[in-house]
Order: sequence, then C-alpha cells, then structure tokens
Amino acid sequence: MPDFLPEDSVGIVSPQRFHFDEPLSLRSGKVIKTYDLMVETYGELNAEKSNAILICPALSGDHHAAGYHSMDDKKPGWWDVCIGPGKPIDTNHFFVVSLNNLGGCAGSTGPASINPDTGTWYGPDFPVVTVRDWVNSQARLADRLGIQQWAAVIGGSLGGMQVMRWSISYPERVRHAIMLAVAPKLSAQNIAFNEVARQSITGDPDFHAGRYRDHGVIPKKGLMLARMVGHITYLSDSAMREKFGKATQEIKEASLNLGRDLRAGKLSFGFDVDFQVESYLHYQGERFSETFDANSYLLMTKALDYFDPSVDYDGDLSKAFAKSDCRFLLVSYSTDWRFPPERTQEIVTALLKAGKQVSYLDIEADEGHDAFLLPVPRYMQAMTTYLNRVKQEVAN
Amino acid sequence: MRADLEIIQKWIKPGSRVLDLGCGDGSLLAYLRDNKHTIGIGLEIDNQKIDACLHKGIDVIQQDLNKGLGNFETHSFDTVLLTQTLQAVHYPDLLVEEMLRIGKNCIVTFPNFGNWKSRAYIAFKGRMPVSNFMPYQWYDTPNIHFCTVRDFDDFCRAKNIDVITRTVVDNKHRDSAIIRAFPNLLSEIAIYHFARGHQGGK
Repeated sequence: MPDFLPEDSVGIVSPQRFHFDEPLSLRSGKVIKTYDLMVETYGELNAEKSNAILICPALSGDHHAAGYHSMDDKKPGWWDVCIGPGKPIDTNHFFVVSLNNLGGCAGSTGPASINPDTGTWYGPDFPVVTVRDWVNSQARLADRLGIQQWAAVIGGSLGGMQVMRWSISYPERVRHAIMLAVAPKLSAQNIAFNEVARQSITGDPDFHAGRYRDHGVIPKKGLMLARMVGHITYLSDSAMREKFGKATQEIKEASLNLGRDLRAGKLSFGFDVDFQVESYLHYQGERFSETFDANSYLLMTKALDYFDPSVDYDGDLSKAFAKSDCRFLLVSYSTDWRFPPERTQEIVTALLKAGKQVSYLDIEADEGHDAFLLPVPRYMQAMTTYLNRVKQEVAN
Repeated sequence: MRADLEIIQKWIKPGSRVLDLGCGDGSLLAYLRDNKHTIGIGLEIDNQKIDACLHKGIDVIQQDLNKGLGNFETHSFDTVLLTQTLQAVHYPDLLVEEMLRIGKNCIVTFPNFGNWKSRAYIAFKGRMPVSNFMPYQWYDTPNIHFCTVRDFDDFCRAKNIDVITRTVVDNKHRDSAIIRAFPNLLSEIAIYHFARGHQGGK
C-alpha cells in the first residue's frame, strides 16, 4: 500500500468500460456481435487530439498500466515505471490509453463473459482472437475517443506485435511505432513452450474441457504450471543467479552461488522445495492462477503462435511494411532468450529493406525478456529521448 | 559547422538517401537533413552517441561495423559515408566493398598517415606518432589500420574503384594549393568520393 502517492505517479485512476454494438469480424471467420473493452487513460487529450499514445498490452497485461486504483493497492499498474508525469511516457504531455484486449479476463469481453446467444458464459466457445482482431478493436476504440492518429503506439513482447500490426493495417493512423522485446513471429521453440503451457491447463482434471466454472472449480494446478514455465522464459539465467544467489558462510562471493539459495538453509533429501527459485516459481504460479482465467491464457498463447504478418506477403515481412508511414523504434535486450536481439533485428532488416525510417537499440540488460517492464537506465533514457522528440512534434 | 561537413555536403544530392557508418552524434546526418533534405540513417555502437542521434531526431541503428552490413540491401542508398572510421575497423577492404554494394557512391575520410609530421615523428623519435589530433598510444588505440593517401590510391586502383573526387586538407580541414601539390606529404585528412563503374565527369 502506498502511504502517499509518488510525485511521478499518475495517482489514483479508475477504469472505464466502452461498449461496442457493431459486430467485429475475426480473422477466423467468426464474429463477435457486441463487446466491451476495459480502458484506462492518463493525462489530457489536447484540442487537436494529436498527443495520444496507445499502450498495447503483453500476454498478462491489462488496462491497468499505471497508477493505483486505491490507496490500499500493494502495487501500481504493470508499466508504472514508464508512464507518469516526468516519466518516459510523460503524462504531462501525452494522453495515454491502455486497455484490456478482447479475450482477456480483466473486464473486457472474454471467455468469462456471458455469451448473448446462449445466456451463459462463453468459456471454451469464445472465438480465437488474433493480434489483427485486437488491433481492429483498438482502432474502433480510437474512433470512439476521437483519435484519428496516434502520436505513438507502444508495446513490448505480444504488445510489440500489436504495434507492428498497427503500422501495417492502419499506416495513416500511427506516427511512431515503438516495439520492445519483440519478434516478427514465434519460432518453433517459442511455440513449444506455449504448447507445454496449454497442455498443463487442458490436462488439469479441473479443466473440464474449459467449462470449469460450471463445476465451481478452476484448473489451478494447470495454470500454475503454465505460468511457471512462462516465467522461466521471461527471466534470464543471469537474472535468476542474481535474484537467488547470495554470498553465504560457505560461498564467499555471490557470483559463485549460481542462484542456488536454499529455502530452509539445508537440503531436505525429499521431493519438496529445497531451493529459493522453486518457491519463487510456486509463488508466481499461485498468484497468477488466482487472478488469471485459464481460457484467456489459452487464447493469449494462440494469438502469439498465430502472429505472422508476413503470411499475406509471400513470407516477406518487408512487403508487409510497404504502406507503413510511421517512424519505428525497436529495442532488444541482451539476455532476452525468448525474443533474443537477433529476432528483433529481423524486423529491423525488413524495415530497412522496405526503406522505412527506423532506429534500433540493443540494450545491455541482465533481466531477460522482462527487461522491457523494468527501469533499466539505458533503456529508460532512450525512451525519454525518443519520446521528447515526439512531444516536440506534437507541440508544433 | 564542422569543416569536413562543408566539403562532404557538396557531393550529396538533395533529397537523397544517405547511410552514415559510425555516425557519432548524428551531426553530419542532421546537417544533411536540414540543408539537403536527405533521408538518413546512421550506424553507431556507442550508447551516448546513439542518444545524441535520437535527441536530434536522427534515425540510428545500434550495430557493429565489424560484424558486417548484410542487413542492408544492394543499392538501397544513394551515398554511404564513413568519416574518420576506416582506420578503426577490422577489415577496411571488406567494409569498402560493402559500401560499394549498398550505395551508388561512397565517401570516406581518414587521417593520412603519410603526413610529414607522422613521418618525422617516426624518423626522429623512433616511436609511433602521438599527437593532439591522434592522441592514442600504440597499445590502446582504436586506430588499427592506418594508411596513407598513396596507399588508398593504390587500393582504389587494385579494387577497380573509381575515385570521383579526392580532397586533401590539413587537420582544420583547410584546403590549399600547396597541400594539393604534395597530398601524401602535407595533408592530414583525406576525403575520397568514389564509386564503381562511375562514368566520369558527372
């Protein structure tokens, strides 16, 4: 709980629900007839409506990107390090829009919502939504807010994929596309991890083919496992060594510990938790399973797996960017092994081939894939510098 | 304005696409953008210099020249620039080949090691030259491939590179008839504008 609100916080915020009656046609061919999107905004939209920035959420991100919902909150929104007065995404100058995507579980229409056709909750019948579908729904949100063109669309990981899709599908509506820790599409290894996560969930006896709510249960164990395997891919080896490796009586230097801190100070010679990293993963999985919907998790991983904007262009990503009219900033992080720098560089190469204006930063960071969510000084500095230019453009 | 920019900008066509290898703080690209309306991209590895580029609104790619330029398409730029960096790369010959592939024409500037001061330094002191202009000791210098004007002329001939213009200046980038008469002895900085298969006189 914050005793007082930091000066660079957007403060106490409340989400808004936007209802859409116009049916949304999905890439799968299915249609969502009506839907709600949960949205938070920070800062003020200027008279020209030229200072709006869209934040595209990653896999578990929702509309609550910055600030606090109440003074009782233990933590601020998921990207509070980056959004606020005087922060890189400066709410003194920008109007920031953040949302929970369709299929999510934080209030926007998703598997836990009521299906108007059946009168009961969607569950596994909620259609598979893709990044393209999300961006189409986000464009309608922009229409509703009266925003013709975003000053910038920003996102990391799965959020970065939405940014890429914006630049391809709505070239005239984006001035700057900022993609962090992103890849042009998933590799077999990425998909393999997602499949392990899905199998964990669907194999849980409490899953009940996705209709677990009818049975008054959730596939808790499955969700935990899914989050645990996901979480491993978000951290780097070095981040884990750092996090769980202290100097001890026997091991004088923390760097020699390799992150093998013991939970109880000694080995148990049993199959319960021995090491801190185990209990950390259990805790992360546990917490996640209490807040995230299993069907939503399945949908999110599918959206990741299906993402490949080059499919419509003979596999040539540079052709996908042919009509893009924005400037691009891409950032990768040295220890990210989910989307390593080389994967981000594939996008940079495609943009160069397409003759687009692009900047690219390869940030030295120990934090792995998660680095884009953390206040890595070099990265924060670059975001600030870049967005200061955007700020000036918008002011002129 | 930096004196070398004054010389280089004459060779840049208005509105052209320019790639600056080792672009530093982006001042050359910013100058060309503001005065020649070029569309430029810089390559740089230093974090602070990259930040300076972003501050100027110059597009910059964090990339090590020594790892190649395979991510750039053939003839995707009008002019490829390499200022005061040739002597610091691992494979100057391969880099120049890549510049010729990517750009329709190229501009290279480098410190002329054939300058009389360098010669005199070695001749009289018997040590590698250290000066305000090139202030490094031999063991920690980034400059691992020094060459002279005559060396580079030979290199261009051997590699079938057409020198469109060669300008030689002192370390303040001042041009003079006497330097032009004895370029390898008197010039401190050489500035080459070159291409391959160039039909002279354009």
